[in-house]
Amino acid sequence: MSVSPERVPALDLRGIDKRFGPVHANRAVSFAVRAGTIHGLIGENGAGKSTLMNIVYGLQSPDAGTLLVQGREVHFRHPREAIAAGIGMVHQHFMLVENFTALENLLLADGAAAGSAAGRAAAREKWDRLALDHGLDVPLDAVVGELPVGVQQRLEILKALGRKAEILVLDEPTAVLTPAEATQLFQLLGRLRAQGKTVILVTHKLREIMAVTDRVTVMRQGAVVAELDTAATSLRELAEKMVGRSVLLQVEKGPGFPREVLLEVEQLAASDDRGVPRVKGISFQVRAGEIVGIAGVAGNGQSELLETLAGIRTPTGGAIRLAGRDVAGDDPAQRRRLGLAHVPEDRLKLGVVAAFAAEDNLILGQQERPEFGRGVLLDRRAIAAGCRQAMAEYDVRPGDPRLRLGAFSGGNQQKLVMAREIGAGPQVLLVGQPTRGVDIGAIEFIHRRLVALRDAGKAVLLVSVELDEILGLADRILVMNGGEIMGELPRAEATEEKLGLLMAGVRAEAGHED
Amino acid sequence: METYTIIVLLLAATIRVATPLLLAALAGLFSERAGVIDLGLEGKMLGAAFAAAAVSAVTGSVWLGLGAAIATGVALALVIGFACITHRGNQVVAGMAVTIVVSGLAPSLALAWFGLGGQTPQLTNAAQRFTALPWPGAEAARAMPFPGLMYAELLAGHNGVVYLAAALVPLSAWVLYRTRFGLRLRAVGENPHAVESAGIPVNGLRYRALLISGVLCGVAGAYLSTAANAGFVRDMTVGKGYLALAALIFGKWRPVPTLWACLLFAFTDAAAARMQGVALPLAGVVPVQFILALPYILTVLLLAGFVGRATPPKALGVPYTTEK
Ligand SMILES: Nc1ncnc2c1ncn2[C@@H]1O[C@H](COP(=O)(O)OP(=O)(O)OP(=O)(O)O)[C@@H](O)[C@H]1O
Ligand SMILES: [Mg+2]
Repeated sequence: MSVSPERVPALDLRGIDKRFGPVHANRAVSFAVRAGTIHGLIGENGAGKSTLMNIVYGLQSPDAGTLLVQGREVHFRHPREAIAAGIGMVHQHFMLVENFTALENLLLADGAAAGSAAGRAAAREKWDRLALDHGLDVPLDAVVGELPVGVQQRLEILKALGRKAEILVLDEPTAVLTPAEATQLFQLLGRLRAQGKTVILVTHKLREIMAVTDRVTVMRQGAVVAELDTAATSLRELAEKMVGRSVLLQVEKGPGFPREVLLEVEQLAASDDRGVPRVKGISFQVRAGEIVGIAGVAGNGQSELLETLAGIRTPTGGAIRLAGRDVAGDDPAQRRRLGLAHVPEDRLKLGVVAAFAAEDNLILGQQERPEFGRGVLLDRRAIAAGCRQAMAEYDVRPGDPRLRLGAFSGGNQQKLVMAREIGAGPQVLLVGQPTRGVDIGAIEFIHRRLVALRDAGKAVLLVSVELDEILGLADRILVMNGGEIMGELPRAEATEEKLGLLMAGVRAEAGHED
Repeated sequence: METYTIIVLLLAATIRVATPLLLAALAGLFSERAGVIDLGLEGKMLGAAFAAAAVSAVTGSVWLGLGAAIATGVALALVIGFACITHRGNQVVAGMAVTIVVSGLAPSLALAWFGLGGQTPQLTNAAQRFTALPWPGAEAARAMPFPGLMYAELLAGHNGVVYLAAALVPLSAWVLYRTRFGLRLRAVGENPHAVESAGIPVNGLRYRALLISGVLCGVAGAYLSTAANAGFVRDMTVGKGYLALAALIFGKWRPVPTLWACLLFAFTDAAAARMQGVALPLAGVVPVQFILALPYILTVLLLAGFVGRATPPKALGVPYTTEK
C-alpha cells in the first residue's frame, strides 16, 4: 500500500498525556495514522492502549495534548462528538444491550426515527443493505445475548460503519474470536482499507499485526517506544520492543515424566444453566507430571467441564476422582483441601472480586490458611506482606497490594489469579484460557509457571481455544466438540491440521483407538 | 344487597384504589427502566399530596393544587437525581432519605401553616377537588337492569385522574416500545456503557426518566388528597409507594402486566374493607390483616420464584461511571 506521505494524516496525536491518580497511563504520546491504512497498536497489559483509544473516542479526556482529525484540531468531550467527526470504535468489551435485538441495538446508535412502522421498515432496509455491502452477516431480529461473539462483533462493526465512520478503532477484536472468525474479520478490514477507510487495530497477537497492518506503533508503560513499517520488521523485533527484552515466543520444555493418575474422569455429564446437556459422557485421566490440553472451539462444553471439575457445577452423571477419591459430591472448598486449584476462564465472573483490593483477592478461598490468620481475625500485615511478595514474584504492575483489583489491567489481574492458585500448592491445577487478553511478556511468564508446575510433579489440565498455547504446553491433547471428546493425540503427533479437523467435528479415521 | 350490586361496587372501589397505585407504579416504571431504583415513590407521592391539598385549600383551585403537586414531585425527583446520577450516590439510600424527610416535613409544614395538627383544612368547595365527570345518562342508568349499574359505576362515575391513569398505560407502552426515547431509556437501564458509546449522554436520559417519575408521582399525590380524599392527613400514602413498587416487580417492569398487578392489589384492598367480619363459605372469617398483607405475600412468592421469574433491568441500582 503506497500512500503519499504528504497526505494529511487521518489521525494525529500530539503529546497526549493522561494520569489516573498515581498511574501515568499515557506519557506524551505522539503518533500519526495515515489515511487509508491499517495501523497496529501494541503494548503490554497496562501499557495504556485502551486509555489512549478511549481518549480518541471521547470517552475520556486527556490531561494534556491535542488531537487532530483529518488535519483539524478537535477536543472531544463526549463520544457523540467523536462520532460526528467520523470516528467509530469497537471496544475491548462489547457495548451492546444483550436483551435487545440486533436491529434495536443498531437503532440505538441511529439518528433515524424508530416510532412509526414505516420508520422501522426504512431503518431495517438501510441496515440490511449496509450489512450486505460489507459482507457482514447479522440476523437483525435475533436477541444479541444469544448470538455467538463473532456475530456480536460484526454487529459492533456494522454499528460503527452505519454512522459513517471513516476511522475505525478496534480494541483487541480477536481476543474472543475463533481463528476462522478472525480471518473473516481481517478480510473485512482489508476491504475497508480498499475503500479508503482508516483502521486502528489494538491487539496482543503479533502474528495478526504482521499479517494485516501497514504500520505499527509500540507502547510501553504509557509511552511510545517505536514506530515501524510492518514490512520492515519481524515478529521477534516487535516482541522485543514491546517488552523491552527478548522474549521466548515458545517456552522451552523438556520431555515429561508422567507418573500416577491424579485426576480421573469417567463418563462425566453436565448441563448448562438452562439445562441443555453440554458435557456428554467424557472420560480421561491426568497424571502427575503432565500437562493435558483440551482444545476446541469455544462453547463446545469446555467451560462446563471445567466448572464441573472445580465443583461449581453439579454433574448430571459420571464420576470424578481426585487421587483415587470420588469427589463428585464435594463442594469446591473440600476439593481445594484435597489439592485441587482452579484458574477460571472468566476471571472477572468467577475468579476475582473487582471491587476488593488486590491483597484481599489474593486470599479468596484461602482465608483459613494459618499464615493469614490470628485466631478468628485476619492477620492484615501477613496478608499484605504475602501479597507484596507474590506481586514481586509474578511481576504484577503496579505492585500495590491495596489497589482495587478492577483498576489493574487484564493481564495483571490474570497474574494475580495465577499467583493465588499456584500459591495454594495444588496437586492438580485446572486452568481455563490462562492467557486470554494477556500480553506476550506475561504469556511467557505464565507458560513457564505451568511447565514448572508440571516438572514439580503436579498434574495440569489446560483448557484453551488458542492452538498455539495447547501445542506449546501440552504433553497430551484432547479435542472437544459438541460436548464429546473427538480424539486424543500425543503432542508429538499433533499438528494444527489434525487438531483443526477434530475441532470441526471430523473424527480422524486414521486415529487409532487403543 | 344482591350479589351483582356487591360485585359491581367492589370493582368500582377497586378502580378508585388502583388509580394512585397505577400512577406511582408507572412513575417507578420509567425510573427503574432507566436503571434508577425508585424507593422515593412514597415520599414524592406524599409530598405531592400535601402540596396539592395545601395549594388547593389556599387558592381554591384544584388545578393550581395539581400544578403544585407536580412541581413538588419533580423537585423531589431532582433531589434524588442530583444525589444518584450527578454524584453517583446509593439509590436506595437517596430514595429512603427523601421519603423519610417528606413524611416528617409535610405534617410540620401543615402544622405551621394551618395549625390543624398536621393536616390541611378540609376541601369543602367543589372547585378545590377533582369530582366525578358527568357522563350522559349515568344517573338514569343506575336504576336500570343489568348493564346499567355497571355503566354508572365502572365506566362513568370517576374523576378525570382515573381516566388519565388508564390512558397512561397504553401511552407508556407506546413511549417505551415505539419511540426512540423509549428505546434509549430501556437501553440505559440495561447497559449504560453501550448508550454512552453510542453517543448518547447517559445522565441526561436518566434525569429525564426521573422527571417523568416526578410528574406522575405528583399526579398520584394530588389524586390522594384532592380526589380520593378532601385534604391531606399525616402519612396518607400508607405505603402505597412501596406497594406500587411491588406491583411493578409483579408486572415484570412492563406497563400492561403492571396494570393488572395494580388492579389485583387494589382488589384485595377493596375486598378487605368489605370483608371485615364476613364469613366465607369454606375459610370462615378471614382476618383482615391477612387480606391486607396479601399483596406483599404475593410479591414475596413472586420474588421467591413461585410465580415465574422477574428479571429486573440489568443496570438497576448501579451508578454509572466511566471507570471499570
Ligand atoms: N479508570 C481507571 N482508573 C484507574 N486506573 C486506570 C483506569 N483505567 C486504566 N487505568 C490504569 O491505566 C493503565 C493503562 O490501562 P489500559 O487499560 O489503557 O491498558 P491497556 O494497554 O489497554 O492494557 P490491556 O492490554 O490489558 O487491555 C493501567 O495501569 C490501568 O491499571
Ligand atoms: Mg486494553
